[in-house]
Amino acid sequence: MAKKEILICAGTACLSAGAEEIKDRFEEEIKELNLTEDYEIKTVISNTGCIGPCSLGPIAIIKDDSTFYGHLKTENVERIVREHLLEGKIVEDLLTEEDGEKIEDFKEIRFMKKQKRIALRNTGIIDPNKIEEYIERDGYQALKSVLNNLTPLEVIEEIKNSGLRGRGGAGFPTGIKWSFAHQAEGEQKYIICNADEGDPGAFMDRSILEGDPHSIIEAMIIAGYAIGAEQGYVYVRAEYPLAVKNLKIAIRAAENNGYLGSNIYGSDFSFNLEVRVGAGAFVCGEETALIASIEGKRGQPSTKPPYPANSGLWGKPTVINNVETLANIVPIINQGSDWFSSIGTEKSKGTKVFAVAGDVKNTGLVEVPMGTTLREIIFDIAGGIAEDKGFKAAQIGGPSGGTIPKEYLDLQIDYESVKKVGAIVGSGGLVIMDEDNSMVDVARFFLEFTEDESCGKCTPCRVGTKRMLDILEKILEGKGRRQDLDKLEKLGNTIKETSLCGLGQTAPNPVLSTLKYFREEYETLIKQAEEVN
Amino acid sequence: MTVIKLSALDHIFEKYEKKKGNLIPVLHDIQEEIGYLPVEVQRYASKKLGVAMSKIYGVISFYSFFTTEPKGEHTIGVCMGTACYVKGAEDILNRLKEELEIETGQTTADNKFTMTVTRCLGTCSMAPVIMIDEQVHGNLTAAKIPEIINKY
Repeated sequence: MAKKEILICAGTACLSAGAEEIKDRFEEEIKELNLTEDYEIKTVISNTGCIGPCSLGPIAIIKDDSTFYGHLKTENVERIVREHLLEGKIVEDLLTEEDGEKIEDFKEIRFMKKQKRIALRNTGIIDPNKIEEYIERDGYQALKSVLNNLTPLEVIEEIKNSGLRGRGGAGFPTGIKWSFAHQAEGEQKYIICNADEGDPGAFMDRSILEGDPHSIIEAMIIAGYAIGAEQGYVYVRAEYPLAVKNLKIAIRAAENNGYLGSNIYGSDFSFNLEVRVGAGAFVCGEETALIASIEGKRGQPSTKPPYPANSGLWGKPTVINNVETLANIVPIINQGSDWFSSIGTEKSKGTKVFAVAGDVKNTGLVEVPMGTTLREIIFDIAGGIAEDKGFKAAQIGGPSGGTIPKEYLDLQIDYESVKKVGAIVGSGGLVIMDEDNSMVDVARFFLEFTEDESCGKCTPCRVGTKRMLDILEKILEGKGRRQDLDKLEKLGNTIKETSLCGLGQTAPNPVLSTLKYFREEYETLIKQAEEVN
Repeated sequence: MTVIKLSALDHIFEKYEKKKGNLIPVLHDIQEEIGYLPVEVQRYASKKLGVAMSKIYGVISFYSFFTTEPKGEHTIGVCMGTACYVKGAEDILNRLKEELEIETGQTTADNKFTMTVTRCLGTCSMAPVIMIDEQVHGNLTAAKIPEIINKY
């Protein structure tokens, strides 16, 4: 029989709160009571994140019954081992108290309660380098049922009915994308996984690839079957060496187990997968630029139409899906489109993973149903603002996104409502800023990023972002003039309307949205400049 | 400067011979092996792959990961992603500049470290971070820098 596991978080916050001593103590006690045959201590940590509720550290979870012990002290470990592990009684007085109630189950603590993990279902739980652990959790069963029971059109119908939309930023319905490529003429078609997660502050794709690579492989095989592609590529950015490594190990294991290669599950369908590593260019997250990069060219975008679904990689019909989008495919097949579409809001179905970072108590990945409010994410799940300072703004969607001020804390986060307030859900980067941050400086930070990453192909983006950055720097140096703000707005709107690709079309957003909500910060700087001169 | 034995790179060209769009993977492997992509290597790749020199140089200069200059024994990447920036990445960068007595993009006199600024490394929950070779060091303060450097 497999050993029961005790999970101890070894994230930096927990380590500094004494997790190492807690672990040692557990090991001593278990040895002393001869429980080493039954129990195993597992420390949980990866570069992408720890268990999550940092403010409750050090923590231990008895995996068997999901009991959660927070704020652990070494002197209490003995009681947990004796009373809980040996006698099977939960140690009531060591449980975490929230809102006057003792919480037993890890899933019930405030950090987890509002989360719903679909895309992150296996991340941090299974060993990504062991295909058996993925298979044990129903891995490759969706593929089997698709190949045995469904036609490609039925698969597409199921994905359409689920309401799943692209999680990379644009939110295009996935099933419709697949159906375009399915209908497109051509013997040779391709499926590409876009793992060029370039938005600073977003790291869910990295976490999924590192922690659950088989879920992406299985989804890509299903997508290949649906559109009629026998070759797939995963385009991973070069900044993610561990993701590349784990993915390659997983592909080899899938090949050895017959999930990749010829005649999968005894069917006529064959599929092969290759990893392509980016080389440090943000614009390659744009699908036409990504295609150029796989073809071995400079990653410059091209005009659409033609769309990749008709003419993509090497001119062939191609579907490009983001990592998180693909991570939802297997659960949709296994649990049905009705189940999936029952989660979320009217137009945004399912969940979204957010990478919460910045000035909050618990930083890390958070997966919530679409429609969860910003307030719930920041204050219930992320534990509120660090050092109990005041909340100022949330930057959502990275360099293509915008800033959401205090007034909109109760905004339900989904594609439409975030767009209404001048930002985008984007890839799900969510950087929380306290009252000490200068919004003009934050806007400059993003613009500096896009200006540097502009590929230079079209003039509005290449020259326009440079001019905007010049003005912003002038204002920050105390040389701003009143008319500069109008100029920024006019320039920003022109760049949005006339740029070739998504990079340029969204580059002005961080400036425009801070101008909208924090105009007084710009004005103060300009006023100071005028007084000096 | 050491002389590069070009024929020693042939195994890389063979590995990708039949792959479509093999230029970028080939350049990646060469850079991993010898550290950089000098002109003579570009010329050799042009001949081996049948791709114009101008195209190869165009690709190398487009992507920030490719370099035509030799690098030090270890490469330090200071993350300048949003979370790191908000949490003081600039202090970390300045301290590194002071300790190593180099600017961004330069290599130390003893050839030990090359310092670069990188895009978001996706380890935002440990911000601010630096990556030395493939190892991420997180939750940094400027004061922790000397200790980390001394480990290498």
